[in-house]
Amino acid sequence: MRTKAISRLLFAVGVITWIALLFTDISVVFSTKRNLPAEIPTWLPGIILNLYLITLYYYYKIKIDRDDQLNFVDLLWRVFATGLVATVFSLIIRLIEYMIGATSLVGNIVYIEVIYLINLGLMISFLLAAFTAWKRLILYQKSKWLLRLWAFFEYALLISLLYNSYVLPRAEWLYNSLYGFFIVTGLVLSGNLKWVAFLNFRQKWTSLLLLLLTIFYLIYSFYTNTSLAMSVSGEEIGFADYRGHIFIQSLMAFVTVYSIFSFLVILFNLPTTSVFEQKLEEVVNFQRISQSIQTEQSEESVYNILLETSVSSVFADAAWFEIKISEHDQRVFTYRISEKEATEIINHLKNHHVTGVLDQSSDKTKNLSKHLGSLKGSRYRSILAFPIYVKGDNIGKLALLKELPDGFNKEMTKIVSTFANQAGISIENFRLLEEALQSERYKEELKIAKTVQKSLLPQMLERDSQFEIAAFSESADEVGGDYYDTLRISARETSLIIADVSGKGTTAAFHMSQMKGIFHSLAQNCIEPDEFMVRANKALVYCLERGSFISASFFLVNTEDRKVRYARAGHCPVLYYSAASDHATYLKDKGVALGMVRNNSYSNFIEANEFNYAPGDIMVLYTDGITEAKGTKGEEFGYEKLSEVLLEVKTLQPQQIQEHLINKLYEFSGTKNINDDYTTMIIKFK
Amino acid sequence: MVHIKRLQEDGADIITPIGEIDASSSIELDLTIAKSVGEGFTRILVDCSALEYISSAGLGVFMSYIEEFKDKNLKMVLFGMSEKVANTFEILGLYELLTIVKDKVEAKKKVHEV
Repeated sequence: MRTKAISRLLFAVGVITWIALLFTDISVVFSTKRNLPAEIPTWLPGIILNLYLITLYYYYKIKIDRDDQLNFVDLLWRVFATGLVATVFSLIIRLIEYMIGATSLVGNIVYIEVIYLINLGLMISFLLAAFTAWKRLILYQKSKWLLRLWAFFEYALLISLLYNSYVLPRAEWLYNSLYGFFIVTGLVLSGNLKWVAFLNFRQKWTSLLLLLLTIFYLIYSFYTNTSLAMSVSGEEIGFADYRGHIFIQSLMAFVTVYSIFSFLVILFNLPTTSVFEQKLEEVVNFQRISQSIQTEQSEESVYNILLETSVSSVFADAAWFEIKISEHDQRVFTYRISEKEATEIINHLKNHHVTGVLDQSSDKTKNLSKHLGSLKGSRYRSILAFPIYVKGDNIGKLALLKELPDGFNKEMTKIVSTFANQAGISIENFRLLEEALQSERYKEELKIAKTVQKSLLPQMLERDSQFEIAAFSESADEVGGDYYDTLRISARETSLIIADVSGKGTTAAFHMSQMKGIFHSLAQNCIEPDEFMVRANKALVYCLERGSFISASFFLVNTEDRKVRYARAGHCPVLYYSAASDHATYLKDKGVALGMVRNNSYSNFIEANEFNYAPGDIMVLYTDGITEAKGTKGEEFGYEKLSEVLLEVKTLQPQQIQEHLINKLYEFSGTKNINDDYTTMIIKFK
Repeated sequence: MVHIKRLQEDGADIITPIGEIDASSSIELDLTIAKSVGEGFTRILVDCSALEYISSAGLGVFMSYIEEFKDKNLKMVLFGMSEKVANTFEILGLYELLTIVKDKVEAKKKVHEV
């Protein structure tokens, strides 16, 4: 908004200064003509002319220089439009003059002076518009040096206005050397025509036309002003003559030179435009390929973009992309060619034993055009094939086809070869991204599984006057399948279980929940431990996949007889501390894990045992995460250490024993980031 | 990480896993055994002397073949286990289900028994 107001203000000031110029100059001319004493100083019109110049200079600075939205053609258009307005205006005056005919008015010095000043004002406006526009064109892709030179040129021109104010005495040599200096600088600056290369074919044609008309306007206004100035000076020399004005003259020379330069450069650039456009398109295509990883939904669309872009960059007529899906299976993506046709060509080349990329024996780009000649019924006469690599593996081949014979040159081979490389990278990135997403999903799943697993463990453990239980379970980032539980069967009988499901993740949590179901349904019936295992095995065989199993230990505590009956199905042997002998032993009974034997013979692989307990005895149930916990040097916690740790705290309560054990474990592994599951259930008899 | 070598001796396929077999590397073991079976070997020896650790998933691989081998009348003998690895097999009761012997000589004898 502010710039708009300023530009309007400047325009108004411009008009006012022009009117002031008109009146002062006419007054000077009039009074000198009549030999009257001048009412105003003779140097005033010159100053006002300079004011007019400066105002318009700033006006165009705001209108053209500061407007970032203008492109090259827009700039030329602005100059052309200003020139058009100026020329049309001037022509209308001429037309009116012609219609009025040769009256005394035409010979009147004041009239000629007015016409001259109108034309001068229009020309200056046109020149300044062109000057500002050319500045932007020259400074496109500027260097530091160029920027300095331009600033020097511009400021020198502005300073030269002082000289034109007729305050200084006029000297021919100074005028000539200044004029020569500005022309040389202008010529040097005119060598900057980088913008031309960025025009496309159409824009170049438009620019040529606009420049041609601009040059025409320049010639016209120069001619009009010169003739008018001459006719004024014929009568009176004290007027505001622009011919001696260094600023206007230099501006004129510069604008004309640059217009002509631009015109010629664009003209000679026309034939090579298609090459530049092609290069530009390649860059854009490259970008498309690399961007496709982020935006595209599937690998397939990456292939399609690859096909499309490579075809358009080498002007091919058709293409296909053959990708290996597995060892023997491949898929063909086609572009402007039917799959049948593509397969025909592939088979044709195969049948003629053409060794090249298409048969995977070569990893180099090959031009196989000469072999197509012998294929009847195909319109294609040129073929070019490229291998595509992802992580060093050849994943497929890109083939490009042309109807012209010898349609691919070396340059094209290079381009497509780069495309093929880029496509390989894109596909690789796409796959990596996919993998990352997959693992993210997997992690989310694990989180859910972990919550499920936690909820499967009992919140409360059974208590009794004869024993007390403490349990602990901590799992690593990955979900484990450790399970423990207690169930009171009657006033005198309680069953305990500890189990470890093989594998990790959601499946483990799922099997753990099955184990819980089995425990709660079977244990209620107060069955014998070996019978429990046989039945549990039978039930689990149906739901465990091959290779999965569950190791478990089941205990039946009878408080009336002070006896424990138990069975061990492949689980870590229980550590039993006998207070009477002050000794801890592992109860290594025979027993195969659940789910391993899938027929009825399982009962042969399991046995039940029993022992009597005494007050002070401790039973430590645990999973292999504990004995296999790794120390700082990679050594295992082991069975001996476990029993040692138990003996250290044999007199304490189960909760304290457990805390001690866990602390020892963390101390041993040197970190709280465990890499397996730690699960224990400690029972102390009273 | 595990690296698995295979070589043939006296008509038997000797599979040697080197390193540790955990959940992820057990797939490799599974593939190797499946390949050996696919190639028509009826006698498979597993040299466990370079096996440092085996997780439950790795044991599951051996287990999953027990029935198939019984049906097809194939023989698999494991030998050369370190004490630690042997303990893992023992706890799970796999000594009852698999043929596990001390060394290669014994294993060859066992595998050629009818």
